[in-house]
Amino acid sequence: MMVTDFYALVGVGLFVMGLSALILRKRDLQRILGLNIMGTGVFMVLVTSALGQGQPADPVPHAMVLTGIVVAVSATAFALALSLARERHK
Amino acid sequence: MPRLIERFLPALTGTGAIALGALIAAALLRTPENDGVMARAALEALPDSGVGNPVTAVLLNFRAFDTLLEVAVLLLTLVAVWALDLRLPRTEALPASPVFSSLLRVSGPLLVVIAGYLLWVGASEPGGAFQAGAVLAGGCLLLRLAGRWNPGARFVRWAASTGLLVFLLSAVAMPALTGGLLQYPPALAGMWILLIETAATVSIAAILTALFVAREPEEPRP
Amino acid sequence: MIDWWVDGLLGLMMLWLAWQALSAADLLRAVAMFVTFGLLVAIAWIRLGAPDVAIAEAAIGAGLTGALLLITIRRMEDQRRSGSQEKRRAKAD
Repeated sequence: MMVTDFYALVGVGLFVMGLSALILRKRDLQRILGLNIMGTGVFMVLVTSALGQGQPADPVPHAMVLTGIVVAVSATAFALALSLARERHK
Repeated sequence: MPRLIERFLPALTGTGAIALGALIAAALLRTPENDGVMARAALEALPDSGVGNPVTAVLLNFRAFDTLLEVAVLLLTLVAVWALDLRLPRTEALPASPVFSSLLRVSGPLLVVIAGYLLWVGASEPGGAFQAGAVLAGGCLLLRLAGRWNPGARFVRWAASTGLLVFLLSAVAMPALTGGLLQYPPALAGMWILLIETAATVSIAAILTALFVAREPEEPRP
Repeated sequence: MIDWWVDGLLGLMMLWLAWQALSAADLLRAVAMFVTFGLLVAIAWIRLGAPDVAIAEAAIGAGLTGALLLITIRRMEDQRRSGSQEKRRAKAD
């Protein structure tokens, strides 16, 4: 199917962009952004896996991505708090 | 040696990223399409799940254990952030302005109503506990930023743990009712799901707001 | 069924916004790009037939994450300012 392949490729692109940012960027916030975009890329690949030829949408990957979004925001919140604590102790 | 790596790191990472991306993309495009086996199983069991929205059914019934763990992870994150003991200024209220107060007056109640709607309608339409909890967190955050709400430690702790408590209690109550962990009695499944979702919404809103505030609320003086 | 206009534009804009967010020099600009990116991702979820995920992404992924990032930027600036004030006071003693 065309649309699933296209969005899956976009997801892979986002994943590698986030990974490069994680490696290359110096500041904590930029790395956390990279981590979030990596996560979004993975979610995109997951959701495109839910579509099939003429099938009704598979709800299980949607549920997984929903869980993933919530866990990603709590991980982001903790990472930001950690970076604040690090600044304080420098 | 390290300086050499640092000079070539951007080019190295760039080529590595493109190579990795091509590899993953090739592997992805080769995987067979979703043959719908899982989807059909989920949709066939939908009438017995107690709700009409397949995603809610999967989240709160078929894979309820994963959602239970997710609520636990949220609470754990809050405890971890509190453990960091960030010494942030006591109030970070925004300066009072007519724009902000009119925004608050309109959107505060609206957000609460929308959250309630999302929670209720999640049984049959897109929606559910997480979306409702996030919207409610937005409303609570607005109130906090206006300086109009400063709940103490006890309120925040109870609000944050309610979701996990209700979920756990219903999980261990099920063996007595039906014989399986997290196996709802089919006639009452809808009601149980709504109960768990309501507690989860309150918890998610409390935890997300508390994560934003990041500073642990003051203990009530004895 | 793919509508190359809509889906292609959406996909390309997502990639461009992600690039902008990750390569921005100014942190505020990066966060602004990231929030916009999140909203486009929410639209993509709708295109892919996942409305529940779309609502969650808009509220949590774009909204709450954006708010967290912005407040952290402000707190870091406040910390840096009060940290340098302390150092100046310590030097003056």
